[in-house]
Amino acid sequence: MNVEWYVVLSSLLFAIGATGILIRRSPVVILLCLELMLNAGNLALVAFSRMVGNQQGQVFAIVVMVVAACEVVIGLGLIVAIFRRRLPLDVDELTELRG
Amino acid sequence: MSATAWAWLVLLFPLLGSIAIGLGFRALPAKAAGAIGTATIAAAFLCGVAMLVNLLGDSPDARHHASSLWDYASAAGLDIKLGIYVDPLSTFMVLVVTGVSALIHLYSFGYMQSDEGYHRFFSYLNFFVFSMLLLVLAGNFVLLTVGWAFVGFASYALISFWYRRTTATKAGMKAFVINVIGDIGLVLAAFLIFRELGSFDYGTVFETAPKVFSVNEWTVTAICLLLLVGAFAKSAQLPLHTWLPDAMEGPTPVSSLIHAATMVTAGVYLIARTHTLFVLAPTAADIAAFTGLATLLVAGTIALVMTDLKRAIAYSTMSQIGYMVVGVSIGAYSAGMFHLMTHAFFKALLFMAAGSIIAAMANEQNIDKMSGFGRAMRFTSIAMLCGGLALAAFPFTSGFFSKDEILAYATARGGMYLIFTVLGYVGALLTAIYTFRLIFRVLPGKPCPEAQELIDSGHVHHAHPFNPATGEEEDTEVGFPGAEHHVAEQSAPMRIAMAVLAFLALFGGLVQVPGVDETITKFLDPVFADSPLSEIVPSVGASWAGLAIGAAISLAGIGIAYWVYVLRPGTSAALIRRLRPVHTLFANKWYFDEAIDLLVVRPALAVGRFANRTFERLVVDGLVSGTEDFVGAGGRVVRLVQNGFVRSYALLLIVGFAGLALYFLLSSS
Repeated sequence: MNVEWYVVLSSLLFAIGATGILIRRSPVVILLCLELMLNAGNLALVAFSRMVGNQQGQVFAIVVMVVAACEVVIGLGLIVAIFRRRLPLDVDELTELRG
Repeated sequence: MSATAWAWLVLLFPLLGSIAIGLGFRALPAKAAGAIGTATIAAAFLCGVAMLVNLLGDSPDARHHASSLWDYASAAGLDIKLGIYVDPLSTFMVLVVTGVSALIHLYSFGYMQSDEGYHRFFSYLNFFVFSMLLLVLAGNFVLLTVGWAFVGFASYALISFWYRRTTATKAGMKAFVINVIGDIGLVLAAFLIFRELGSFDYGTVFETAPKVFSVNEWTVTAICLLLLVGAFAKSAQLPLHTWLPDAMEGPTPVSSLIHAATMVTAGVYLIARTHTLFVLAPTAADIAAFTGLATLLVAGTIALVMTDLKRAIAYSTMSQIGYMVVGVSIGAYSAGMFHLMTHAFFKALLFMAAGSIIAAMANEQNIDKMSGFGRAMRFTSIAMLCGGLALAAFPFTSGFFSKDEILAYATARGGMYLIFTVLGYVGALLTAIYTFRLIFRVLPGKPCPEAQELIDSGHVHHAHPFNPATGEEEDTEVGFPGAEHHVAEQSAPMRIAMAVLAFLALFGGLVQVPGVDETITKFLDPVFADSPLSEIVPSVGASWAGLAIGAAISLAGIGIAYWVYVLRPGTSAALIRRLRPVHTLFANKWYFDEAIDLLVVRPALAVGRFANRTFERLVVDGLVSGTEDFVGAGGRVVRLVQNGFVRSYALLLIVGFAGLALYFLLSSS
């Protein structure tokens, strides 16, 4: 198969993820969308790696997965912490960092 | 081992001692600290002797060695090494410094025994000896400056050793500030030397200087005058001398070591070391000589009226350093260095004796309150008498030979320099009078209560601890003198140190008798061989004639003192009444402190206040608050972006990246 298809799919996934982050209010969903964006990147990496014919892209994709896993751990931890303190699970309500 | 290897060891021992005592003060018992301090200096002295033996093995012309451990700084054209220079002059200084220091450490071992800061004291004292040795062994002007600044610091730390006394801390600051003025002079001189000669190394500088400079060229005169600023500040010559009498706030062993025997002679050493430059700048040399002469007379007159025992001896130190400065400036190099050595012996001894008496008086230093110590403290008074005789140049004591050698040289040089002979003898008369004024007022007569207490019970008078200068009460826990006092009569280490110095003060001059041995001249001659002035040698007959005059003057001075203070006790009061204005002038130390205050301190303060009101308030504050307002306004604008909505941040991020991607896409096609 041609590499263009993969890239198109990857871009679509990325765009969906980005849109999700911009329009959703639940932190859990935002985290999911973030994963989607990261995996869109992974897909592009693997596709290009096959096209070029070396393994570096795949290795890099694995590194990205590790980072994603870490990020999820922290993100979910934050969400649990927010929940425990009985704060609203809505990113628009959590505006403590306003300058 | 070579002479330089021994010299490195000489440097190493005091440094190790200082570090060991300074770091191990919790673990070491007090006696161990004193023992380490004394032993390291004694070891340094032995290494110094080994250095001398090594050096004597060379032929006289080859007695100079340079050695360096590593490069201090090396860049384009700049090559500074951590280097030392061993020649007869530095060896001589090393022996005097380590020898006298070892004895003073031994003395302090007993004297400071009850002080809470015992470890601190020995750590500082060892550090001082290290710095002083660095100063005399340095092989270039950079290292010399390092040693120079180190001794300044050590002096500061030891003057304000009893740091809870405000008088002591103030005296320490004064000494430090004036010494820094000297440091600046020395540093500027070193810069100028580097600019003109392209090197800091002694060897190179002294070799190229006669080729580069013509006699009395302004640059070499400027270099010498700047060196003199350094020398005068360190050696307490007019008008940078006011710190020395105040430095007597430190413990007496400190006055004995730093402010009599070693550090204050650094200026003399500096002039002797750079004599090659001073030969090229006779004007500067003459200025130095006349300053020395003025100092020796002014300090001598002040010493006549001082009622503080230690301060009187301090003024005598200034006066004797004046002789040395005259000596090394007019060309009597070996004589100046010889006087440095004998002065180190008898002045250290005098201070030790004074320390013992002050201890017996429970820190009281006023001689008006002292009398009759001759019966109460036999050993101390004999030591004081030995030191006094040598200082007053009593025939055949050490001071007798050294002082007159300088004056004999001045006579031999003739012309204008006869002034130095004549006024030098006037100074010698003053010296004999003020020395025996102290002795006759302190030793004979009816014992004062403190002396009586010592005679009756054998106990040292134990007053409530107080500051003799202000009368403030003191606790004795930390930063104050210890509760107990120690006198030589009851402390073996103090007695040994004083006995050795008394022997040297009486007989140390016999190494250099005109026409007989002249050991020191022969030893130091190779160093000064390049100076045309060293060819002037007073004949043996002239020297002995000078010695005869010196003996007569010394005896006359002692006689006058005896007449005024013993035979007719009322005479001095009558003289004071008769010569009221003169006495006021002397007692107020010729108003130097007031003059400096008026001419330097007050204008500087006024300028500072003016600058504070105008420049500081308008320009500096304006700039600062202007910057602050600008940054604050910027911050208020940028703050609007931080609205706390995570989604808007994400949008900003995505739009930004999209924009960047678009830009690169467009620009690449």
